[in-house]
Amino acid sequence: MKKVLYRNQFSNVLGVSLVVFLLFSSMVFAQDEAAAEGAAAEVAATGGDVANGKKLFKQNCAACHALDRKMTGPALAGISEKREREWLYQWIKNSPAMIKAGDPDAVAIYNEYNQAAMTPFPTLSNQDIDDILAYADAPPETPKAVAAAPAGEAAAQEGGVTNELILAVLALVFGLLVMMLVLVNKTLRRIAEANGVDLSQVGEARMPLWKAFVKNQFLVLVSVVFLLLMGAYFAYGYMMQIGVDQGYAPVQPIHYSHKIHAGDNEIECKYCHSSARVSKTSGIPSLNVCMNCHKSIYEYKGNPEGPSAEDIANGYTNEFYTGEIKKLYEAVGWDEENQRYTGETKPVEWVRVHNLPDFAYFNHSQHVSVAGVECQTCHGPVEEMEIMYQYAPLTMGWCVDCHRETNVKVEGNEYYAKIHEELSKKYGVEKLTAAQMGGLECGKCHY
Amino acid sequence: MASNKKYWKSEAELNPNDSIVETLKQNEFVEQIPVDEFLGDKETLASSSTNRRDFLKYVGFSTAAASLAACEGPVKKSIPYVVQPEEIVPGVSNYYATTIANGFDFASVLVRTREGRPIAVGANREAKVMGSANARVHASVLSLYDSTRLQGPKINGEDADWSDFDAGVVSQLKAAQASGKQIVLLTQTYASPSASKLISEFGAQFGTVRHIAYDAVSEDAALDAFAAKYGERALADYDFAKADVIVSFGADFLSDWNGGGYEGGYAKGRIPAKGKMSKHIQFEANMSLSGANADNRILATPAVQKRALAALYGKLTGSAISVDLPENVAAAVDAAAKHIKKAGEKAVVVTGLNDVNAQAVVLAINEHLSSAAFDAEAPKYVRQGSRKNVAQLISDMNAGKVGVLVMDGVDPLYTLDNATEFAAGLEKVGLSVAFSQNANDTAQAVQYVGAASNYLEAWGDVQMKKGFYSLQQPVIKELFDTRQLQTSLLKWMGNDTSYYQYIKDNWNTSILGGLDWNQALHDGVFTAPILAPEEVVEAPVVEEATEEVAAPSAAAQARSLAKANADGMELVLYSKVGMGDGQQAGNPWLQEFPDPISRVSWDNYVTVSKADAEAMGLVNEHVANGGLDGSYVNMTVNGATLENVPVIIQPGQAPGSVGLSFGYGRKAGLKVEMQQGVNAYALYAGGVAEQSVSLEKVGGMHEFACVQLHKTLMGRGDIVKETTLEIFNTKKAAEWNVKPEVSRDHAMIPASSPEADMWDSFDRSIGHHFNLSIDLNACTGCGACVIACHAENNVPVVGKQEVRVSRDMHWLRIDRYYSSEDTFAADDHKKESFEGLSGDKGSLGGFGELEDPSANPQVAFQPVMCQHCNHAPCETVCPVAATSHGRQGQNHMAYNRCVGTRYCANNCPYKVRRFNWFLYNDNDEFDFHMNNDLGKMVLNPDVTVRSRGVMEKCSFCIQATQAIILQAKREGRPVAKGEFNNAVACSAACDTGAMRFGDVNEEGSVIADLVADDRAYHLLEHVGTKPNVVYQVKVRNTTEA
Repeated sequence: MKKVLYRNQFSNVLGVSLVVFLLFSSMVFAQDEAAAEGAAAEVAATGGDVANGKKLFKQNCAACHALDRKMTGPALAGISEKREREWLYQWIKNSPAMIKAGDPDAVAIYNEYNQAAMTPFPTLSNQDIDDILAYADAPPETPKAVAAAPAGEAAAQEGGVTNELILAVLALVFGLLVMMLVLVNKTLRRIAEANGVDLSQVGEARMPLWKAFVKNQFLVLVSVVFLLLMGAYFAYGYMMQIGVDQGYAPVQPIHYSHKIHAGDNEIECKYCHSSARVSKTSGIPSLNVCMNCHKSIYEYKGNPEGPSAEDIANGYTNEFYTGEIKKLYEAVGWDEENQRYTGETKPVEWVRVHNLPDFAYFNHSQHVSVAGVECQTCHGPVEEMEIMYQYAPLTMGWCVDCHRETNVKVEGNEYYAKIHEELSKKYGVEKLTAAQMGGLECGKCHY
Repeated sequence: MASNKKYWKSEAELNPNDSIVETLKQNEFVEQIPVDEFLGDKETLASSSTNRRDFLKYVGFSTAAASLAACEGPVKKSIPYVVQPEEIVPGVSNYYATTIANGFDFASVLVRTREGRPIAVGANREAKVMGSANARVHASVLSLYDSTRLQGPKINGEDADWSDFDAGVVSQLKAAQASGKQIVLLTQTYASPSASKLISEFGAQFGTVRHIAYDAVSEDAALDAFAAKYGERALADYDFAKADVIVSFGADFLSDWNGGGYEGGYAKGRIPAKGKMSKHIQFEANMSLSGANADNRILATPAVQKRALAALYGKLTGSAISVDLPENVAAAVDAAAKHIKKAGEKAVVVTGLNDVNAQAVVLAINEHLSSAAFDAEAPKYVRQGSRKNVAQLISDMNAGKVGVLVMDGVDPLYTLDNATEFAAGLEKVGLSVAFSQNANDTAQAVQYVGAASNYLEAWGDVQMKKGFYSLQQPVIKELFDTRQLQTSLLKWMGNDTSYYQYIKDNWNTSILGGLDWNQALHDGVFTAPILAPEEVVEAPVVEEATEEVAAPSAAAQARSLAKANADGMELVLYSKVGMGDGQQAGNPWLQEFPDPISRVSWDNYVTVSKADAEAMGLVNEHVANGGLDGSYVNMTVNGATLENVPVIIQPGQAPGSVGLSFGYGRKAGLKVEMQQGVNAYALYAGGVAEQSVSLEKVGGMHEFACVQLHKTLMGRGDIVKETTLEIFNTKKAAEWNVKPEVSRDHAMIPASSPEADMWDSFDRSIGHHFNLSIDLNACTGCGACVIACHAENNVPVVGKQEVRVSRDMHWLRIDRYYSSEDTFAADDHKKESFEGLSGDKGSLGGFGELEDPSANPQVAFQPVMCQHCNHAPCETVCPVAATSHGRQGQNHMAYNRCVGTRYCANNCPYKVRRFNWFLYNDNDEFDFHMNNDLGKMVLNPDVTVRSRGVMEKCSFCIQATQAIILQAKREGRPVAKGEFNNAVACSAACDTGAMRFGDVNEEGSVIADLVADDRAYHLLEHVGTKPNVVYQVKVRNTTEA
């Protein structure tokens, strides 16, 4: 398990900020924005509008169809060659009717795909369907090579070089200083000798520093007290971080990236962690929740710009992520080939990141639904976390601080109407904090 | 000044030449300390090269290593569902209505589940006929997680699978059918319309099927008497709420009599309202719960009870019956007759005597009175067993007439007095099959053992009372490879429908009458809309007593009752509130549950009156470690002897009688810890609870685990306040509910006034302020709250030895007090009139006398839990502020902050704090449910499992009050009126309404009224703790008719 502790945080931060400062002071990045969008809409031979087709496909079809592979429904690439166009119009507009009418092809498809009837699309015009088919027939778009990657890599490399260079220069300067000191010392000695001063006698006549120190009892006392206090301070600091796993980022059985889900795709936290609204636990989503999307999202295509240099350095390639999706399929027992569940499941053993001790009762719904606290307040910038880690210390002091500072969200909550009015009058404040509401009482969290 | 006096401990010391004295002088210990024993083998010790230095090095190293390792937190795994069931939200409880019907306990219950695990069973308050959600029912959830459960079917002791099992049974069934031998189903009482139908269909298919119901604790006499009079083998029902006068002859109707479930109705009449409350007269031998709650309790052995009943019959009907009765009993019968005559149809008479004549006479009396509380129209079906049929079965078995015997829910080899005959017969049966949840005696003796499902895993339906149906649904999938008998019967019949479908079809066709099945399943109960007995009711097809004898007249029966007599000592067998018939003997909650009367846990014992004990030289004595020891006796009934039965001297036991409870003494299929007590069924000859017995003292002393050694109140009338109905009605509250006063500046002021306070009071008028009211009139001492509290708050079980040294962990105890005079008032008076130390009225001897309960004492039950004092003495002495007060009135206890000084417990005037002397979970020394994965499934995830070295106590179920508040907040509304009423586990479990919880700041709440009631008082009010628990003065109806 990887465990990042904040013990060395201070020096790390110092070092990193120094490097960053030097980097940015010496270099200026100029980035060209690559034109991402394709130029004009290509018009295929069939006369369909590929761009419009793409749009319609994404809106209506992509949930169940892919171009090059079977999903809930068949792969659509080259479908116009396989079927009569008239048949396709009819099928797309109202497939159940065809099945009912006993069209042999329709019935065959219906049976092949687990008798899951396709949703009828009566609103699509023939032209729309043509467009979609044009898109389906168009040669697959080649992923755009991204120029940014090498540049980024170079930048990273350059950064590394500068780093080492500066260190070398610093070492050199330091060495020079030491040498100068030695030289000065030598010269002084030489001058002293030349002037006939006996250096050894001077040394003997004086009392050694440590003896003087020992003799001065006051000084000894002060320094002992000082040392003890220092020791106590550091010991306290060390003790206090025992059991505080801030920054704990365990390796998970499936590399689930919150950055991709919550960050890039902006999925609302509570879509997956739905029980946070009503329960004490936020709930690790069950795998069927994953499959709501991943039934159709079977591979990772990356962001339009492609993986960043950092990602590539970490091994976060598209293939890597796709591999993780396959792990999900294995766990949930999803047979991609036949688009069905096998029933053989292997529940995922996630490693718990936030370990509140058993004696502390914490209720998500109280904070999320009642108080309206953002998830990020306690969990940090989850949408930027490639690997989930514990952002907050989760210590009692941390809880209490927040309860002292945070006003109770009373607006629109009838529960608070009377109690808030009376209590705020009693305390003579406009808004009550959670602490004034009783949120610091032991029994509110410990029972 | 030096003294020349010589002190000596024994006479031997005076002899200077005594060698023993010399040796003793030289040795510090009389015996060698067995160092070698606990250090191990002497040789290995001698040859070992480990010296002290090495030892210290190892110790140092391992300590350092352990503390270093401890810095790293353990890696915890979280495993979500693969497919999450729609109705389950992790962290949120679901509730399901179902029914327990295990042959002894019948109740409509509400099961609370978390993440699919049942964690608590409570009463289903929606049910009109709820049955009895007693302590055993509340504890039944733990029996689901019993680690000794059978985990799969067995054939001849070998693990098997169900297909082989079914094949074996079916071939034998066919063989029996072909050979014309009997196929017998010997089962518990099902009272199930669907099971009855299924069994009759099974009979139709296999021809020679007999269904015999068998109750371990028999109600044959009542059933037979009812059958003779009303033509149906059932039990008359009673509604004590409608009775102004209740006269009971040995019927412990607050316990398991008649199937139980009467305390709710009884308590309604016992709370004085508008100056009226019911009058309860009890004639009994053992001190029972009902007797303890009675206004007048008359000591009478069973024979005397019978004669008294006959006399009462004579007085009420005017028939001339000459009865020979002791003077006091005769007077009591006269008084009872007067009361009954005065109350007319508002009176009811009940009896628990296992005597057909007595039962018939009672039916006749109630009929004669046309008692409103008596219901023969819609009788109860919860007991159907027939001893006669069982006896017939045993002789058939021994005659080799039985081809296949299938048993379900019964353990005849343990519960029959003639178990050896049954065992012999079992050998001659072609195929013996037993469905059982654990390897009890019967399951160990049969060829095929079907691992039975717990009621929480099975389908079923019950008709507890005519027209009142309940449904039983599984709330968890079978934990093991188990199956219920009904499913097996369907399989054996070659029927592919599930039992669920079978019940559903049966209900839709013959019970629901077109109403919604889903609604019935949701409610768990269904009341037939129109009671048309001929159509609706499926009369149970259980075989009835065969020969019909012309019913003799009640008068004749009374006359034969009048002649009742018994030789020597009379034994009355009874079932304990905690253990019942003993089928849950493996349940540690119930084993540790202290009997409400004797306060003894982990045991059964023979109760003997003080006079008889003295005559036989039997003693109870307290020993140095705080435990109670008792003598042993051998008990002999009809030549059957039960050896080494421990003795409890029971105040209020009728002289000439002794009592012994069922349910203990089982060895088979139980953990060693649970094999407690003696098997009273061995003396249950013919299923009759009243027997002539002879007692013989034997040597040795038994160690009891008794949680309350002090039996009486010693005249401290401020703990249990009591008054009579007359005074209550005529005098001011200040006279019978005296508020204590303290002296300030030489003037008396009320102890509760602010001037008497050392502290400023907090303002508690804002927000919620929780209070609990306990009505001493309604509390029957049944103890359901104790078990409910266990389940809700993860209270550990500590075992017999720990209970014996007063380390029980019950957060809620029910103190039972006896009076040492005839009444508590007389106690108080006696104490008040002490003058000086010695002499006639001296306190020295007087207090000694007050320690002994009287021969027929008054009894009071007082549930005591943390009183949540507003000025709590525990809070001020805690050096680490681990216990503190919340604004909502709860006294909080932060376990993680507690360092275990136990100052708080010392400073608590109510002694309600409990200290964790050991780690009770994950500790092999305490092999109870918290130490195996199965048993841990019962733990409430919202409550911390406490560790060693911390103090714990009642929290007013803060997890529940907080949950209610949070729900209101989430829904953006104020807490609804009465929403807190059943928040705490104890008040939710209370059938009688004795415990009422709520928010006193809520306008018009029940609790606010109760706190302001005239009867309200606080425990030890003069201490000035200002508790948030309030008690209601006990009122006794001593009016004479």
